[in-house]
Amino acid sequence: MNPPGPLKVVVVGSGPSGFYAAEALLAAGAEVDVVERLPTPFGLVRFGVAPDHPKLKQVCQNFTEIAGHERFAFFGNVALGRDVSVDELRELYDAVVVASGSSADRKLGAPGEDLPGSCSATEFVAWYNGHPDYRDRSFDLSCETAVVLGHGNVAIDVCRILSKSVDELRQTDICSHALEALAESRVRDVHLVGRRGPAQAKWTAKEIRELGTLSEADVVLDPADLAIGPACAAEIADARGVTAAQSLKILRTLEGRPRERRKAIHLRFNLSPKAIEGAGRVERVLFDRCRLSGEPFAQVATPCGETAAIEAGLVFRSVGYTGVAIEGVPFDARSGTIPHLRGRVMDQGGPAPGLYVVGWIKRGPSGVIGVNRACSLETVETLLSDLHGAAPGKRGRAGLRGLLERRGARPVDFGAWKLIDDAERRAGSAAGKPREKLTSIAEMLAAARRDPEAPDIRCCA
Amino acid sequence: MTHVVTANCQACRFTDCVTVCPVACFHGDEERLYIDPEVCVDCSACIPACPVGAIKEEFDLSGDEEEWIEINATRASALPVIRSKQPPLPSAEARRSELGLN
Repeated sequence: MNPPGPLKVVVVGSGPSGFYAAEALLAAGAEVDVVERLPTPFGLVRFGVAPDHPKLKQVCQNFTEIAGHERFAFFGNVALGRDVSVDELRELYDAVVVASGSSADRKLGAPGEDLPGSCSATEFVAWYNGHPDYRDRSFDLSCETAVVLGHGNVAIDVCRILSKSVDELRQTDICSHALEALAESRVRDVHLVGRRGPAQAKWTAKEIRELGTLSEADVVLDPADLAIGPACAAEIADARGVTAAQSLKILRTLEGRPRERRKAIHLRFNLSPKAIEGAGRVERVLFDRCRLSGEPFAQVATPCGETAAIEAGLVFRSVGYTGVAIEGVPFDARSGTIPHLRGRVMDQGGPAPGLYVVGWIKRGPSGVIGVNRACSLETVETLLSDLHGAAPGKRGRAGLRGLLERRGARPVDFGAWKLIDDAERRAGSAAGKPREKLTSIAEMLAAARRDPEAPDIRCCA
Repeated sequence: MTHVVTANCQACRFTDCVTVCPVACFHGDEERLYIDPEVCVDCSACIPACPVGAIKEEFDLSGDEEEWIEINATRASALPVIRSKQPPLPSAEARRSELGLN
């Protein structure tokens, strides 16, 4: 009898947590296939990281090294539900690792949220980053004031992109359709509004410091907002408050600066959105003024009876993401995550055999790219403690290839992605930027064709 | 701009930082770790991961900590990458208590 051979594992999703899971599995000797809905890998590094943060995108080089491993294969343009199901993957592989992220955004639950001019920050980010699902969105930037709701890094990215000059953005990999729209933007004042105080903000110190260095926008804040109470003081003195302490220090250096620039980013605290109003489109956002109450790290914003209004034509909500349920995988709709024990997916009765989870869909949408590495390491450790060797009869990669072929799917392998990558870099270099992203699946698949004479690849756009 | 491992790593070497580093920029000797400024992407994931607050952004260093910029750069280039969590030094917990951080 032949020895069982390496464990066969398929990872669903090719963002950071998927790649870090692959890295750890490869290091343990497994054969790893990564299935991705889009023809392009890297998830939020491609579609989430801001175009003016090129350094962070260097992680793609690490992912590319991981993909170069002889036991790795990429199956881009393969969608769960359309091309293959989770149950089929569980049949084919020893283990399935779900790394699908948190792709939906949370709603405010406030009246007027669906008025034209009110949208999610995620949509805006995905649009300027060229996500195929969002390339045809349009944002009316003809108003002078925008409100961004939420105090995290995505909210800051939106503020920065709205406040930078087109000349500053031109050299980034921002999509040309977004650059053209931003060139016409009349937005001058952006209010970055949070329900709680500066000690509870989720942004990182680095992001807030960068706001203070913009060439075209001043940061405006009310010194009264930086006077924190004893519970906040206890939070920032704690090891868990190290980031908040840093950002508060930076905020103190930003207050009281003279207004010198054309645009402004107004940092607003203790305002809870109550309603979005306007005749046919967004005209103003109403807030309850709040004060904090409760123990350190459990402080809640409680309305104190006063209201405030900001006249604005655009509202971006950035109040959190949530995962989307996948057929065949347990899901906790309340938290928007997959229930798990150290990465082992838990069904009502107990562990779901061979099913694992990593990244934001495991622990919720928080943590920068690297945090996903520790998260994926934990899951892979669990997986390896459960599965000691490959099970007989698991067809793995060959089985998946056969199944996709029978269904007429046209997977994009890593070599084909490199052709897309090359095409984007070439187009970018002609325009003086690192890359000009292809934004439709049809364009991507055309670029991924090795032989221009080959019959047309099925288009899923 | 980069991130720098400062004095508190000495006698601890907890190495939690390496598990959250997205780009493998940590190098180490027997005593402590160093960040390669050429590789670090400034994501700051390691700052809250360090149990003894040893890692700082270059920007946040106090005057007497600035020497660590040079030390990190030169030592990192001479030492192997540390990519997996390793057992802390035997003195680590005592050092953490001494720093008032547990």
